[in-house]
Amino acid sequence: MDLHVTDLAVARGGLTVLEGVGFSLLPGRALVLRGPNGIGKTTLLRTIAGLQPAVAGSISAGAEAIAYAAHADGLKATLTVTENLAFWAAIYGTDQVGPALEQMNLVELRDRQAANLSAGQKRRLGLARLLVTGRPVWVLDEPTVSLDLASVALFGDVMRGHLARGGSALIATHIDLGLEADVLELGPYRAQIGAGNGGAFDAAFGEDFA
Amino acid sequence: MIALLIRDMRLAMRAGGGFGLGLAFFLLVAVLVPLGVGPESATLAKIAPGILWVGALLACLLSLDRLFALDFEDGSLDLLVTAPIPLEGVVAIKALAHWAVTGLPLTLVAPVLGILLNLPDAGFYWLVVSLLLGTPALSMIGAFGAALTVGLKRGGLLLSLLVLPLYVPTLIFGAEVVKRGAEGMATSTPLALLAAITAGASALLPFAAAAAIRINLR
Repeated sequence: MDLHVTDLAVARGGLTVLEGVGFSLLPGRALVLRGPNGIGKTTLLRTIAGLQPAVAGSISAGAEAIAYAAHADGLKATLTVTENLAFWAAIYGTDQVGPALEQMNLVELRDRQAANLSAGQKRRLGLARLLVTGRPVWVLDEPTVSLDLASVALFGDVMRGHLARGGSALIATHIDLGLEADVLELGPYRAQIGAGNGGAFDAAFGEDFA
Repeated sequence: MIALLIRDMRLAMRAGGGFGLGLAFFLLVAVLVPLGVGPESATLAKIAPGILWVGALLACLLSLDRLFALDFEDGSLDLLVTAPIPLEGVVAIKALAHWAVTGLPLTLVAPVLGILLNLPDAGFYWLVVSLLLGTPALSMIGAFGAALTVGLKRGGLLLSLLVLPLYVPTLIFGAEVVKRGAEGMATSTPLALLAAITAGASALLPFAAAAAIRINLR
């Protein structure tokens, strides 16, 4: 599934943070988004995942091709590891719970309640959810937060497997996952303050105060 | 869809899920009111339908703020919005799960509490019927209120203020059914209106609630 993004502008809290963003993501490829804190990486990813509308521009892939994983893992503390994962597998209509547990090294923890997992183990379970969605385009927001080096390497392997099966990934990360990935620097796309942002304010008050 | 229903009911039953909360509250109301009002059985019989309905309504309200707030906090709501099932369906199923763990148990214990309040014999049947017809509307209207307040910290108070006026018609017609039933009068008019509220709420509010969630997640 190709993902083409053209001339996209995204807004956070009513302020346009990025504009003119464009890239293409082909099957088997990974694209890493880089940029300083606050530049709008999360906002861009949420827009592409279909959680908020774009201000301008277009996204070619439908939201149903995209599996989104954010800072929060969406785990229920009182359910076990298997129950958490089986729920998402049922929602997405797949039966990949066993293989996903194996790939993310969670087999020994399968009957433990999510409340009793460490931060890194929760993160691994959150990422295992991607494997049960069966969706081709992974949109990941800082996937390696709280993972140790061994787990990062493990996730790197999972990512390579996903790309080798024809999947693709759009990742906001500062860590090298050991992937052959293209890098998109978001700095040049930062929206100009005042160009368009003041528009709504001026439209509302400009004439009376001018 | 079924998986979501099972998950929500399982979460409610597990420790800290709040399953017993509404029931315990309903029990407290029904036990304390006779102690406060005094032992005159004629007075109790007169106010029993109203007290039982108010108690059930407030018990329903207790667990509403958790309906979407918990899923919002742990990120599940984002993931459910991007999942292949429609958000309107998610809302309807979550309201159904809420009803199954609050409204339905309330309906089942209500006759027992009716004895405490000296409800006339003829009223028991109508109490169960009216609660069975009316409590789904309470859960569905509540889900709409919870969707409106989903992003707010401590949105419980605002939720109650938003939802209570919408609960009033259900309360009026629900209590009216029991009152008329207990006095042996015809109940078909308030019963039909009660059913109409439930049917209307179930048909329209999932769409309104889903729209509210989409706006709140931006």
